[in-house]
Amino acid sequence: MAVSMMNFKFIHFLTVAALISSIMGCNEGDISSLSERSIIYCSEGSPETFNPQLSTSGTTSDASAKQLYNSLIVYKGNKNTLAPSLASSWHVTRDGKKITFYLRQDVNFHQTSYFTPTRKLNADDVLFSFNRILDKDHAFHQISGGQYSFFQSVKFSELVEKIEKINDFTIRFILKRNDSSFLANLATDYAVILSEEYGQQLTTQDKQHEIDILPIGTGPFKLQDYRVGSLIRFYRHDEYWQEKAKIEQLVYDISPNKSNRLTKLLAKECDVSSYPIAHTTIAERSDLTLESITSLNVGYFGFNTQKAPFDNKLVRQAISLAINKQALIDTIYQGQAARAKSILPETSWAYDSETPELGYDPVRAKSLLEVAGYAQGFTMDIWAMPVQRAYNPSAVTMAKLIQADLKKIGVKVKIITYEWSTFLRRLSMGEHQSFLLGWTADHPDPDNFFTPMLSCTSREKGSNRTFWCNKEYDELLKKALTTTNMSKRKGYYAQAMTIINEEMPLLAIAHSKRFQARGTDVKGDILENFGGISFYDVYKSNNVSNTNKVMAPNKKAKVID
Amino acid sequence: MLTFTLRRLALFLFTMMVLTLLSFSLSFLFPGDTVINHSGQINATATDLAKLNEAYQMDKNIFRQYSAYLQHIINGDFGQSMASQSPISNEIIELLPATIELSLVALLIAMLVGIPLGFIAAINHNKTSDNAILSFAMIGYSIPVFWLGLLAILLFSIGLGWLPSSGKISLLFEIEFVTGIQFIDILLSDSPYKWQAFNNASAHIILPACVIALAPATIFIRLSRAAMIEVLATSYIRAARAKGLNFRQIIFRHAIRNALIQIIRHVGLQFANLVTLAMVTEVIFSWPGIGRWLIESISQRDYTAIQSGLLALSCFIFIVHILTDFIYAALNPLARGNNHGS
Repeated sequence: MAVSMMNFKFIHFLTVAALISSIMGCNEGDISSLSERSIIYCSEGSPETFNPQLSTSGTTSDASAKQLYNSLIVYKGNKNTLAPSLASSWHVTRDGKKITFYLRQDVNFHQTSYFTPTRKLNADDVLFSFNRILDKDHAFHQISGGQYSFFQSVKFSELVEKIEKINDFTIRFILKRNDSSFLANLATDYAVILSEEYGQQLTTQDKQHEIDILPIGTGPFKLQDYRVGSLIRFYRHDEYWQEKAKIEQLVYDISPNKSNRLTKLLAKECDVSSYPIAHTTIAERSDLTLESITSLNVGYFGFNTQKAPFDNKLVRQAISLAINKQALIDTIYQGQAARAKSILPETSWAYDSETPELGYDPVRAKSLLEVAGYAQGFTMDIWAMPVQRAYNPSAVTMAKLIQADLKKIGVKVKIITYEWSTFLRRLSMGEHQSFLLGWTADHPDPDNFFTPMLSCTSREKGSNRTFWCNKEYDELLKKALTTTNMSKRKGYYAQAMTIINEEMPLLAIAHSKRFQARGTDVKGDILENFGGISFYDVYKSNNVSNTNKVMAPNKKAKVID
Repeated sequence: MLTFTLRRLALFLFTMMVLTLLSFSLSFLFPGDTVINHSGQINATATDLAKLNEAYQMDKNIFRQYSAYLQHIINGDFGQSMASQSPISNEIIELLPATIELSLVALLIAMLVGIPLGFIAAINHNKTSDNAILSFAMIGYSIPVFWLGLLAILLFSIGLGWLPSSGKISLLFEIEFVTGIQFIDILLSDSPYKWQAFNNASAHIILPACVIALAPATIFIRLSRAAMIEVLATSYIRAARAKGLNFRQIIFRHAIRNALIQIIRHVGLQFANLVTLAMVTEVIFSWPGIGRWLIESISQRDYTAIQSGLLALSCFIFIVHILTDFIYAALNPLARGNNHGS
């Protein structure tokens, strides 16, 4: 009796245990597989549109460009060379004025609840996408405001004479002049290809404005749901023309509050977090990884070369020599920025590691000042920008540090700051002697640094606030734009940088980094070399025993510790 | 009972009048154009503005303006949010259920924990357990809710990793909006991950609900303790004891029932307190409810949302108040004779 009782109890216990474990196990399995096939990304803000043509805001292109769309060509690899994407190949005529693209024939558009494509991508879609920008009479040009900021800034409509459809899968751009940054512009996140068929459908339904709100593209993900200020949900595009993405669902958890993002990251509520704070805490955790990439920007200290004493090259050199750049980087950027040798960051293909750098030498600075005739020193003002930017998180503090540095060589500094728009307006009128500002590139082509920041033409239009104009420098830029030979261009830009470092219209201080944190179970590259992000290669692996920290996407990015 | 109902209704109407008057006058007190504050249409063109002035009768005297405003409110037109440019009534319908859900769960926790503890304290009057429970109540009542919320996140979400820290449910689950009450929506949905979603939603609600529940629970402890002590001192309990009923029978059959009636009167009052706590807690736990929305509207200076949100929230609290009054009256016939509002 006792034995059977025991048996009964034992069996009872076993069944209960089995039941519980099966329920738990089943639950666990399902949940983990759902979350294993999905990524939650804590993003910093709501995109204003899903069409990157319309906006240069990083939040917008992060949420749209690489996820929803493709461009004709892309930048690939560590060398950032141009590679085929929707165009399988392209051909540039010898004079550089005719560029022919041969399109892939197997590219499908998204099929969603609001649109079902009946045909694959062809030349009409490319025509539609670019004519929307170029042709002011195009049916969709004025939809969503008609502002194509990136294309307007590179004067796209002045460059392109027309676009011709040769046949269904061949398209030719005819340019008014040769411009070697043209291909670079087409490879940016902004030059995406929309669906012409979708445009037609919207026209017949008289719902044209939906083209940028309910997007249709060819990218690896398609939009499922968007709630402003709350979330963006993407599903995988199963008919993607390349191998389809590894995750099935991508959710952007919009969390503008940075401590909120940190909490969610630590509590494992998001897998990847944009712009994290508390870098040391994240780096210390074994289950999290911090990555960074030097983005294409530069924070600098510029001189008004039209005003005494900065019209004298020696004074500019002296001041530059007297500034302890490394101390600025350690204090202002907390060591999280790359020290700038010249205006071009090292992620740019035209970066030349041989570029000379002036360095920190207060003794030489003092003697240069004596040569220039300012042995007793002088009084100057520094205009510090009032807002926080990635390239300069605190200009006023930086101005104070420079003030202390310059005191050592007998130069007295007054720090001046205005409200942002007043600051920019007065700066463009040349009221300043020296100023702290920065520049963020719109695309990877190096010309985007050289021309707008320091050329004679941009001096007249006011984006060159040093008012420096050097014929030799401008000549080099022109030569660089008319050749497509990369190594020749690199040579011209290296010469240009040598001129800058000799003439010192400005002292480049730092190239700040873009940061991102993720759980160690999230594998694959996310940060792209040129600012944007892409979740195409991302997947999750539950291999916890593999405690090796995922190394950063490429050589240039480093894990901070 | 009829007089009782009518009196409550009259009270409701008059309070609503005062509330709408208040929110109406806010439009004048806030900076900017009054009609834009009423309607929230910040991008209105000249013709739109003319139409709005017509609709709100801005050219007439102030009484006509008020009645026009009232007309809009009664028709469910609260204007549109200045920040998101979507109708406020839609936003309220989406967000209010989340707050109700959170508050109800918190209320339930507060009652389930607070009332029994109070009874235990009363039964062991002036003994160690009584003192212990009372000091717990004192400490619990003194802790500020935002601090407690942050501590809870630090301990249970970040430190131990047991419970999530933000939102109603993991964003991976797609639950269609039907009633706005998450648990009901999950049960109605046909998602293959229904039960996982349910578990996930339960895990999400535990922390914020417990944080909100702490202060009301301590009040319930003190209320139920006082009520129980009072009941235990009454003559009918003494009579029951004299009749030879045992301790169990006295407590469960007589004392608890009579003490509970006293407590139910206060549930309505506590609910208002609870919603206030919920507003702060929603911000900390990123709970997508009306409290967080209202606080965000304040920081964005979304005047239309502030005035309409306040109106909707106070209206809701007032309705809850009246409902508990009715429940109390239904349970306690003595109260029905009490014609005046309490």
